[in-house]
Amino acid sequence: MNRVVRFAPLAVLLLFVAVVAWRLTMPEDTRVRSRMTGQPVPEFALAAATDGVPGLSSKDFATGGPRLVNVFASWCVPCIAEAPLLMELNRRGVSIDAIAVRDKPADVAEFLERHGNPFERIGADPESRVQIALGSSGVPETFVVDGRGIIRYQHMGPIEPGDVPSLLREWEKAR
Amino acid sequence: MKRWLLILALISAPVRSDSDLPAARWANEQLPDPRQEAAARALMEELRCLVCQGQSIADSDAELAGDMRALVRQRIAAGEEPEEVRAWLTERYGDWVSYRPPVEPLTWPLWVAPLIMLAAGALLLRKRFRRRG
Repeated sequence: MNRVVRFAPLAVLLLFVAVVAWRLTMPEDTRVRSRMTGQPVPEFALAAATDGVPGLSSKDFATGGPRLVNVFASWCVPCIAEAPLLMELNRRGVSIDAIAVRDKPADVAEFLERHGNPFERIGADPESRVQIALGSSGVPETFVVDGRGIIRYQHMGPIEPGDVPSLLREWEKAR
Repeated sequence: MKRWLLILALISAPVRSDSDLPAARWANEQLPDPRQEAAARALMEELRCLVCQGQSIADSDAELAGDMRALVRQRIAAGEEPEEVRAWLTERYGDWVSYRPPVEPLTWPLWVAPLIMLAAGALLLRKRFRRRG
């Protein structure tokens, strides 16, 4: 008994080291995923974020075909990185809409001019209201919405080249 | 050279990662009705910021936290109960967004643990006093 008790602190220490080593090598995923996947797009109507591109409302979904909704901002650096990949997805026939979070019309226009415009509609979300209603926790994020207006998939963070096939797959699945 | 680099690093502006827009109207402005403001404030202290994940939205300077504060104030001013607002956010972000965990089988240990520890402490104390007496 006594001998067991004597080694108890060592056991506790080893357990502690093991837990720390495990979390250091496999960091926890701290992203907060939206619980809205599987739910219909919440009702909203956003004005146009910039001249020449119409605004976005929840009525633009449930029109038969799947759509991508890109939550982005002109002030967001990773959004620049994913811009060419959105263009590529658009070239492959994916219809994409966007929500511009906390943005100014002139800045959005400049962003589109510099990085291309793969979006059919862009809604301005100056107080992040629709972003929060969608359960999105940052920019950029991309949602796949099916033809009945149900959110099917959420991609968090910038789209990287390796994410294109999985996004295309999710888009195909939402058809 | 090194010193100059250091000085340059100190005075250069950080990379822009926030928008240019000012905070939403109700992000930092109190509601005119003190009772509503108190209710909103109490709720804000129990909602977790999605950006600075260890802070409440009442404490966080993140823009999204400001927009969440505005949302809480607007909804409470419109007559919603704080618990309705919490439920609306939980629907979107899960229990994660609230600092008040719900009482359900999964969280029972969380609620029961303090009681068990108190009981264990009382038991230890009793043993000790008995030995002395």
